[in-house]
Amino acid sequence: MRQFFVFARKEFYHIFRDKRTLLILFGMPIVQIVLFGFAITNEIKNAEIAVLDQSRDYYSNRLVQQLQAGSYFKIDQELQSHQAIEAAFKEGRIKMVVVIPPKFGESFFHLHKAQVQLLADAGDPNTATTLINYARAIIGNYQQELNGPQSMPLTINTTVRMQYNPALKSVFLFVPGVMTLILLLVSAMMTSITIAREKELGTMEILLVSPLPPAMIVTGKVVPYIVLSFINALVILGMGIWLFGMPIKGSIVLLLLECALFVLTSLGLGILISTVTDKQQTAMMASMMGLLMPTVLLSGFIFPVESMPLPLRLLSNIMPAKWFIIILKDIMLKGSGLREVWPQSLVLCGMTLLFVTISIRKFKIRLS
Amino acid sequence: MQPIVTKELTKKFGTFIATNAITFEVKEGEIFGFLGANGAGKTTAMRMLCGLLRPSSGEAKVAGFDVYKQADRIKQNIGYMSQRFSLYEDLKVKENIRFYGGIYGLSNNTIKEKTKQLLQKLQMEAEADQLVSALPLGWKQKLAFSVAILHDPSIVFLDEPTGGVDPVTRRQFWDLIYEAAGRGVTVFVTTHYMDEAEYCDRISIMVDGRIQALDTPRQLKAQFQAESMDDVFLKLARGK
Repeated sequence: MRQFFVFARKEFYHIFRDKRTLLILFGMPIVQIVLFGFAITNEIKNAEIAVLDQSRDYYSNRLVQQLQAGSYFKIDQELQSHQAIEAAFKEGRIKMVVVIPPKFGESFFHLHKAQVQLLADAGDPNTATTLINYARAIIGNYQQELNGPQSMPLTINTTVRMQYNPALKSVFLFVPGVMTLILLLVSAMMTSITIAREKELGTMEILLVSPLPPAMIVTGKVVPYIVLSFINALVILGMGIWLFGMPIKGSIVLLLLECALFVLTSLGLGILISTVTDKQQTAMMASMMGLLMPTVLLSGFIFPVESMPLPLRLLSNIMPAKWFIIILKDIMLKGSGLREVWPQSLVLCGMTLLFVTISIRKFKIRLS
Repeated sequence: MQPIVTKELTKKFGTFIATNAITFEVKEGEIFGFLGANGAGKTTAMRMLCGLLRPSSGEAKVAGFDVYKQADRIKQNIGYMSQRFSLYEDLKVKENIRFYGGIYGLSNNTIKEKTKQLLQKLQMEAEADQLVSALPLGWKQKLAFSVAILHDPSIVFLDEPTGGVDPVTRRQFWDLIYEAAGRGVTVFVTTHYMDEAEYCDRISIMVDGRIQALDTPRQLKAQFQAESMDDVFLKLARGK
């Protein structure tokens, strides 16, 4: 046991004396969460639009006012002709143009039908879709308001409630995502690099010749990273809660236990990577390309898994991150307990066991 | 009891025979030179003796323990220093000593005492709190050797310990080896430098996995009618 503490202390010296390691450990999580939380966001706020109001009657005026009323749209230009639309888009600032044809109010009340044309800059399809949806909702409201309660006997009223995230805050998706990414990065990449470093420098040989059992060498190297990863998880959670108002509806104890489980899974991966590489560079590349990229793309962090083609959907199942993100979201947003998230937890347990078993076997083969 | 005894020790990697039935004995307190060209099988033989590699066949005992069954006991009784550094560059001199003392299970008091003695002997008291990376190469090697024998092993294995340093520093390094051998520590050393071979009590020369010659430097020179160990080595390596 004393040998273990001696070893772990040495590992902390390595970590705290290497600025690069420290930066990855503590700088990156904070930068990432701030970036994802504040800068990279899917929400629309004050999108600049233009209006071509050919009707200019009381009703069209009120529609324009309604569009402006929320914090979604800001009317940047009032266009005078159809020709001006193209020019407005080309300037690049305008994301959407609302065209109200002549005699808007008149056709609404006499023909029972009025038209509004929405033109969106679909160069960025996601934003375009979101803008159109916002605009439709506003126009829909306006229509009901004009009709009053009595008219239109046959209508289906849809009331929409965005369950678990009523304000559609993208940060609710990003906090679990970033947390997953950081834990994976710190645990898998850093451990694989630190073990590869001992091999590269030749100190691994000295350790293997010493009476330390190989299992203790690996645990001694890994435990400091477990501690630091866990602190990281707490920091990210804290930022999510106090900076972005992320709720934790479920049990916090369960949440932390699941974090610990995922840290172990990632460490298993890191050790596995380190058994097949002898160089820090290779370990880093393997972690970056083989782990981070697929995780970002396939875990459901950025692109929804449900809309992927079948082969990718199947592939996403082998990403530990996918399961952890589900667990995190369920516990934090839905307040799920172990009864709901046990299948995902079981998958993670199985993966951990698999990684560790393969690593041990590989390690033994290397020694004989 | 001889510290190292091997009989027909063999290691195969697939069809390639890295060490081919080598048989030799090393006496207590002896400085035993292990020579050979790159790829001759030196490192493989040494790794088997250190318990890092399982032999394919043959027998070997190190410090009285069997390399097949008692690798753990062997590890307790040997010191090891490799051609690349055994020290952590980003740890201070003191921290390195404490770390190696710690993993060999020395008590805190023993480590403290030994650290003091060691630094005094190497005249490095002023550098105790410096990072190893700041030390000159020769100092690092002397420190690495002292750390390798910190836990008083009966045998110390040195794998090309003096690579890349000048002859004067090499000579100083050998003074440390002599001093350890004088205290009864058996020294098993591989080297490329033929002038170093002359410092050994006995040397063996490996060619293509076999021990082709084994004797004192003086006897070997006589046997091969050579002026220096360089000549002996070249004659053997070229295949007569």
